[in-house]
Amino acid sequence: MLDQYLGVILTFGFAAVIVGIMCGASMVLGAHHPSAVKQQVFECGNPPTGPARGRFSVRFYLVAILFIVFDVEVVFLYPWAIVFRRLGVPGLVEMMVFIGVLAAGLGYVWKKGALSWD
Amino acid sequence: MWADAGIAAVKSLVMLLLALNLTLVLLWVERKGSALIQDRIGANRANIFGGILPFNLGIVNTLIADPIKMFTKEDVIPDGADKLLHFFGPFLAVFPVLATFAAVPFGDVLVIGDRTINLQVADLNVGILYVLAMSGLSVYGVVLGGWATNSRWSLLGAIRGSAQMISYEIAMGLGLIGAILTFGTLDLQAIARAQGATIWGVIPAWGIIYQPLGFLIFLVAGIAETKRVPFDLPEGESELTSGYFTEYSGSKQATFMMSDFAEIVVVSALATTLFFGAWQVPYLARDGFHFPGGFALALPQLVVVAMQVVSFILKILVLCCFQILVRWSLPRYRYDQLMDLGWKTLLPLALANVLLTAVIIVLAG
Repeated sequence: MLDQYLGVILTFGFAAVIVGIMCGASMVLGAHHPSAVKQQVFECGNPPTGPARGRFSVRFYLVAILFIVFDVEVVFLYPWAIVFRRLGVPGLVEMMVFIGVLAAGLGYVWKKGALSWD
Repeated sequence: MWADAGIAAVKSLVMLLLALNLTLVLLWVERKGSALIQDRIGANRANIFGGILPFNLGIVNTLIADPIKMFTKEDVIPDGADKLLHFFGPFLAVFPVLATFAAVPFGDVLVIGDRTINLQVADLNVGILYVLAMSGLSVYGVVLGGWATNSRWSLLGAIRGSAQMISYEIAMGLGLIGAILTFGTLDLQAIARAQGATIWGVIPAWGIIYQPLGFLIFLVAGIAETKRVPFDLPEGESELTSGYFTEYSGSKQATFMMSDFAEIVVVSALATTLFFGAWQVPYLARDGFHFPGGFALALPQLVVVAMQVVSFILKILVLCCFQILVRWSLPRYRYDQLMDLGWKTLLPLALANVLLTAVIIVLAG
């Protein structure tokens, strides 16, 4: 059973080597003349003020939380989709209830304004 | 045992080289295609040693000169940057994209002697899940790459990019469930084989005939995942200079640029596999053509396999060109429009598509 993953492991290895060479080529082949100005991060020509890793809009956190909620629901749908033909009508009814709950949740966050960006 | 490992290694290398070459060709198609759309000539100064050749080397030299130029540039790491993550940002942006190809079938079977070789690097029974898992990983490249550089533009681009990618991942995952319902399996090779059938003996039973809405959702979400116009807000050069790869130079920047194109190839390869018959040529079976009406044409096995692989590559190229056409035709979305499209349009549409497909399957028996 595991031998079908041999190809995956080999692809991982080859891809890691290829991408590693691509990322590292400049470190080896390129020139290396660091200077204080060159090492400065770009901020439209101004000297950077303070650390860059500051606070940002809370909406991004909201998107991340909504993603986790909905992505887990999507994962539940996959096994159902595979065996659906064997489940027949009862499977359809059960999943309609599940998707109904999911749609109600979507409607709730929609109504609460979690999906609108303004 | 060792023969199997060798065959797997050859298949893996063939698939990776196919993906990389398609990516490189796309770079050329992008430059010339955009020039065509914008009524320019485009990249036309390709020759060696100051033009000793009387003709234009065109594609070949551009594909060699560009990488050499990029690879020999200085690798600048800004002050305050995390050196390790500065390397792993571009690495993680491309590595999972290339790894995705392990599950994509590029042909039927090749019989050599008594050995039957399945033209797929890894015959996974969870192919679609593997592909989704791998494409989900590439968000780390964007987030870590942007965060590592200690630049405001990069961080903003990285956060925008991650929010966009995870938003459209849900629509993509839900959009594919319709296709899984239709085929009843996650195995990409099984899905490819199922599309060799015909409807009423005439129309090839490709996924798009069963799942037009699912294809549309997958394509839009896929273009959003590639982070290119009209969804290029993480890069948005007019507001964020270059977004999450502002502070990258040389080969690392080239790698980030390549990740966009590699993702285009992945999206096209998946759309081909799930919705456009994968490597199937209409009416072509393992022993030759069987046209409707009883007319048959026997072909040697090698010709059949070659036609399948070429048909797979051609379908991918057509879809890639379509995405490049989209990229050069549409203006950029605003961020609220982007989020609205993902959460308020594609997600309900995908849910409706799942229910519709399920009801049709039950009604059809």
